Amino acid sequence: MSTAIPTRDLPAIQQGEADDRIGLRAGLRHTGALVRRNLLWIKKDPESMFDAVLMPVVFTLLFVYVFGGAIGHSLGGGHHQYVQYVIPGMLAMMSMTIAQGVGTGFNEDFHNGIMDRFRTMPIGRSSVLIAKISVELLRMLVATTILMIVAALVGFEFTNWAGLFAAVGLAVLFGSAMMWIFLVLGVTLKNAQSVQAMGFLVMMPLQFGSSIFAPTRSMSGWLRTFTAYNPMSGLADAARGLMIGGPIAHGLVVTLAWSAGLTLLMAPIAIHRFTTKS
Amino acid sequence: MPTSRAPASGALAVKVRGLIKHYGPTTALDGVDLDVRPGAVLGVLGPNGAGKTTLVRVLSTLVRPDAGTAYVAGCDVLRQPRQLRRTIGLTGQYASVDEKLSGIENLYMIGRLLDLSRPDARRRASELLERFSLTEAAQRTAGTYSGGMRRRLDLAASLIGRPAVLYLDEPTTGLDPRTRKEVRRMVGEGVTVLLTTQYMEEAEQLASELAVIDRGKIIARGGVSELKAKVGRRTLRIRPADPLHLSSLATELDAAGLTGLAATAFDRETGTVVVPVQSDEQLTALVGTLAAHGVALADITTELPTLDEVFLSVTGHRTGISQDAAPAHQEVAA
Repeated sequence: MSTAIPTRDLPAIQQGEADDRIGLRAGLRHTGALVRRNLLWIKKDPESMFDAVLMPVVFTLLFVYVFGGAIGHSLGGGHHQYVQYVIPGMLAMMSMTIAQGVGTGFNEDFHNGIMDRFRTMPIGRSSVLIAKISVELLRMLVATTILMIVAALVGFEFTNWAGLFAAVGLAVLFGSAMMWIFLVLGVTLKNAQSVQAMGFLVMMPLQFGSSIFAPTRSMSGWLRTFTAYNPMSGLADAARGLMIGGPIAHGLVVTLAWSAGLTLLMAPIAIHRFTTKS
Repeated sequence: MPTSRAPASGALAVKVRGLIKHYGPTTALDGVDLDVRPGAVLGVLGPNGAGKTTLVRVLSTLVRPDAGTAYVAGCDVLRQPRQLRRTIGLTGQYASVDEKLSGIENLYMIGRLLDLSRPDARRRASELLERFSLTEAAQRTAGTYSGGMRRRLDLAASLIGRPAVLYLDEPTTGLDPRTRKEVRRMVGEGVTVLLTTQYMEEAEQLASELAVIDRGKIIARGGVSELKAKVGRRTLRIRPADPLHLSSLATELDAAGLTGLAATAFDRETGTVVVPVQSDEQLTALVGTLAAHGVALADITTELPTLDEVFLSVTGHRTGISQDAAPAHQEVAA
C-alpha cells in the first residue's frame, strides 16, 4: 500500500534524568502552527468574524443616533459632541467584548478531545494559550479598524494620530489582560454557554457602570467611586484624553494597574488550571 | 543525576507499580501493577468504569496518580512528562482531531507541533493519509468524515511522531476492519501498543497479550490462549461415525460418570455430543472410555472458552455485551 513506518527503538533508560525543556525557537514554532490553526478556522468560517466586524458598526450607530442627541445636549453640545465623546468609549468596550470570545472557543477545544492531543504532545502548554490570545488580538485589531472607519463616517474628528495609536495600544493591552479572566472561565466551566453567561455577568456591570457611554457626573456617590476605579472608565477616559484631548493620567494609571494586576493574578491560575485539568 | 530511588524499568516499554488514583470517593485505580514488553500488543480488558481510561490517562501524562510509579519507554510519568510525550501516541475515546480543519491540515499541524520541517510535515501527512486511505478526503473538513474515517485520521495523527508506545483507548468506536488491519500491522513494526477495550472480540483480534482489569485492579494477565487455558474449562465435541449412535454415546458417558459436573448436550445439527471438561485427567479418562467401548469416531475436538467466558470466570460478572466470537479449535491427537 505505502511506505512502512520504520521500527522505532525504545530510547535508552534515562532514569532520574532531568526532563526536557522546550526552547524558545521551538515554542515560537509551536505557537505559529497553532495560530495558523485558528486562522484557518476564520478562513473556513468567516461568520465567526461577524461579531468583530459588525459590533463596532451596530453599537456605534445605536449609541450615536439613539442617545447621541440627549447625552450630547447634556454635554453642552449635541449629536456631534457625543460622537467625540463615545468613540473612545467604544474602543474601550470593544477590547473587553472581543476578549470574551476567547473563553468560549477555548472551552470548545476541551470538549472535542483535541486538547487531550495537544496536552500529550511535547509542546509547551503555554503555546496553546498564547496562540489563542494572539488570534483574539488580531480580531481586536480588525474590530478597531472597523470602528475607526465608522467613527470617521459619523463625524469623529481625528486630530491626534499619535494619541489614537497610543489609545489603541492601551485598549489592546487591557483586552489581552482581560482574556486571562475569560480563559480561566473557559477552563473551569462545563460548557460554552455557561462561559458566555458568566462572561456577560463580568462584563455588563463594568461596561455600563463606567464612563464609556455617558459622563459619570450625575451618578450617585458610591457608584461614582466604583466608576472611578472601574478599568472600563479608566480605559475610556485615557483613550478620550489621548484621542480628543483632556486629562489622561488617572485613567492611564487605573488601566495599567488593572492590566498588570489581572495578568499577574489570572495568568498563573489559567495556566495552572489548563495544565492540571484532567 | 541518577537517583537510587527510581526503580530500574529494564527493557520494558511500560512499567507500572502500585498505581492509585481516586476521584473523590471513587477509586479509579486501586494499585495497578503492569509490565509491557517492547513490541507487545497488550489488550487491557474490562467493563465500563474498571479504570481502563484512567490508566491510559495516567500513562499519557493527562492525569497525575495519587500514588505509585509509572515508566513509559524509560521516562517517569511524573518527573519526565515532556520527554515521555516525545515517545507516545494517543488515540482517545473521542477522535482528537480538529473538526474544522481538513485531514491534511490536521496532520500538517501535528507534524509542525512535533518539530518536523515544513516539507517533512507535508510529506509525512500525505504518507499517512495514503496509508489510511484518506488521500481522496485529504482536502475535506474532518467534520464531514464518517466515524471510521475520523478514527483513521485520529490514528494517523497519533503516528506522525513515530511513537514507540501507542495507546488506543476503546478503539472500537468506528474502528473498521481496515483500521484493525493497520493496527495489527504496526505490531510487527516495533510499536508497543496498549489498547483498552470492553469487547472480547476486539481484544482477541488485536491483542497478543491480555490484562483483565476490574474495579481498578489487574486481576488476570497472560496470552490470549494462556488466559483462556487458565480458566481450565474446555469443551469436548465428539462426533461419532454413525449419527445414530449419538444418544447411546451420551448414555455411555453418563454411565461412566464422566459428565457429572455439567450437562452433556446433543447437537443434532452437527451430529455431535458436547461435553464440558473440567480437567486434563477428565479428558484423558473420557477418551479412554470411548476407546474401551469401541465407539467409532469421525471427529473429536476441544474448544477453548471465549474471552467472554474467561471474563465471567475471573470477575464473577459478565461484560456489557457478549460477543459470538468463533472459538479457537484444537484438534486432539487420537
